[in-house]
Amino acid sequence: MRYRFLTAALAATAALQFAGPAAATDLEVTHWWTSGGEAAAVAEFAKAFDATGNHWVDGAIAGSGGTARPIMISRITGGDPMGATQFNHGRQAEELVQAGLMRDLTDVATKGKWAEVVRPKSLLDSCTIDGKIYCVPVNIHSWQWLWLSNEAFEKAGVPLPKDWNEFVAAAPALEKAGIIPLAVGGQAWQSSGAFDVLLAAVGGTDAFLKVYKDKDATFAAGPEIAKVFKAADDARKMAKNTNVQDWNQATNLVITGKAGGQIMGDWAQGEFQVAGKVAGKDYSCLPGLGLNEVIATGGDAFYFPLLKDADKSKAQEVLAETLLDPKTQVAFNLKKGSLPVRGDVDLNAANDCMKKGLAILAKGSVMPWTDQLLSQDTQKQKEDLFAEFFAKPDLTVEEAQKRFAALVASAD
Amino acid sequence: MSKSERPNPLFRNLNAKIASIPMILTASVIFVGGTVWTVFYSFTNSKLLPRLNFVGLDQYYRLWATPRWLISIENLLIYGAISLVFSLVIGFLLAALLDQKIRFEDTFRTIFLYPFALSFIVTGLVWQWLLNPDFGIQHVVRDLGWTSFTFDPLYNSSIVIYGISIAALWQGTGLIMCLMLAGLRGIDEDIWKAARVDGIPMWKTYLFIVIPMMRPVFITTLVIIASGIVKVYDLVVAQTSGGPGIASEVPAKYVYDYMFFAQNLGQGFAASTMMLLSVVIVIVPWAYLEFGGKKRV
Repeated sequence: MRYRFLTAALAATAALQFAGPAAATDLEVTHWWTSGGEAAAVAEFAKAFDATGNHWVDGAIAGSGGTARPIMISRITGGDPMGATQFNHGRQAEELVQAGLMRDLTDVATKGKWAEVVRPKSLLDSCTIDGKIYCVPVNIHSWQWLWLSNEAFEKAGVPLPKDWNEFVAAAPALEKAGIIPLAVGGQAWQSSGAFDVLLAAVGGTDAFLKVYKDKDATFAAGPEIAKVFKAADDARKMAKNTNVQDWNQATNLVITGKAGGQIMGDWAQGEFQVAGKVAGKDYSCLPGLGLNEVIATGGDAFYFPLLKDADKSKAQEVLAETLLDPKTQVAFNLKKGSLPVRGDVDLNAANDCMKKGLAILAKGSVMPWTDQLLSQDTQKQKEDLFAEFFAKPDLTVEEAQKRFAALVASAD
Repeated sequence: MSKSERPNPLFRNLNAKIASIPMILTASVIFVGGTVWTVFYSFTNSKLLPRLNFVGLDQYYRLWATPRWLISIENLLIYGAISLVFSLVIGFLLAALLDQKIRFEDTFRTIFLYPFALSFIVTGLVWQWLLNPDFGIQHVVRDLGWTSFTFDPLYNSSIVIYGISIAALWQGTGLIMCLMLAGLRGIDEDIWKAARVDGIPMWKTYLFIVIPMMRPVFITTLVIIASGIVKVYDLVVAQTSGGPGIASEVPAKYVYDYMFFAQNLGQGFAASTMMLLSVVIVIVPWAYLEFGGKKRV
């Protein structure tokens, strides 16, 4: 609440300053980082930007990306653009760029040698449309993690699984001890994301790319994907007693030992940290479900709408440089629990799980994720399908795969 | 008024006509214009931004092949039937009971009408907790000793829409009761006296004399309930967000999700056009029967 009040106060002062001559240039930045850890992380950006002599006007929009994006988009299309805005890089802002509403950052990028410092390269590729760079990636978030509660497995008397298959085998023992084997919250994106992770882990990177990148519908209807659906069927059986909605409530089941594990992105780590749990001792993590140790390079990026005001345009350039500054990158990502986008920064303070992620990144085992490969429209249809699949036991595996293949055929 | 020559009807009540120009403009530009624009763009493949790239009826074919839309329609029909029948029946019964010159009528009326003061969002959250198996009714009854008692409509795909209907009835019946009560109070006391003299039992008086006389009130009520049914959205969002899975989705939520989350305006427009069409199919024959033929002054 205090944070919101601060936002309101900042916005009010910003409005007042429009009247008089402004010494520093105000730049409004919208984003959807509103939880405790996220707000602390974004404050690092604000601090660094203010230090350049400009002024960061915080425009936090509560209620996650799904709520925030329509607001941001309608402001940009409605002719009231902010100075800069967060999106997940990939295809969310694609049409805004095509409509000429976003600013081309190629000059700034060439000057800052982004092509050399940003790692992995695919991050910058997702910011590039028709050879021009339109966004600044700020962190890497990956979906492919299985978070396990050490306490739950101890209670059930089974050893901690090393991969997904062992986890499925341990499910009956967990159930017997009154523990939900797998926590999957009721929100549609969670079940859909869990399936994507299974596809990448059980099916492998190639299968994932064949389905989501090449949109090969025949392959999606084939026996290899049938294996993935079999795994998803296991997952929904293991998850059937999860009576929670939000992802962090599901994570909380794992933290308190009421659930054995959860398939969730690395942002779940923040929850474990806030609860004072120690990686390796209280909880464990399996990147790629222990089957396919690859990290997807999704994440957040900042886009800059095209502005008429010359001062503000200049401030945009300064902000773009600040976001990629090595010091800012470290300060921000440590608080956010995500991985930095530069390979040349030092992350000694990282915990066990983050180090696992960094090691995989250093090996170069990266792959693109659905945000980069699929349109929002296709993503939504996929969410609808898997929300139904996880909630409705009478939807058979075969029927679901048939519908999935049809979806892939019409995907864009 | 009793002038020999009548003034031009166009200039009659000129002040009133000038005063209503803004509203006429709003209605024609925003309502009609917006509607036409939406229908027009539903034949394009607009994604995030409206684009004039016509694809014929493709959006409609896709819409009617989407399981989620079909479930939404089915849910709307069930929800509609339940709200229509039960809010009318319960509302009328409550009003008839209150009409028996009971004591503390004001108190009861306030209690029954009170839920209507809450928004659908608040109603939805309250009932989400009441129907939650771990905190709500099921938990209380189990604590009383019936340990096998199960009542978790919001977590059961096949009955979730009934769980939502319960909340809607709780919220909306009070208003219907008030409308009905106003209608009952409008019935002349002499009618009752005459019926009593003729020895007609009370329930028959209600059924065959009072209710037919209350026709205008029923029509108003019907319109209010029906518009509430078609636009149901916030209640579902607050109670289940469409879950479990997609078992409690409704058309309005489909429109919103596809326009803004899926960034597919064309699909959202097609769905909203279908919603408009369904309203038109219901309203037009009724309006024709109601207002056609005779001129109202």
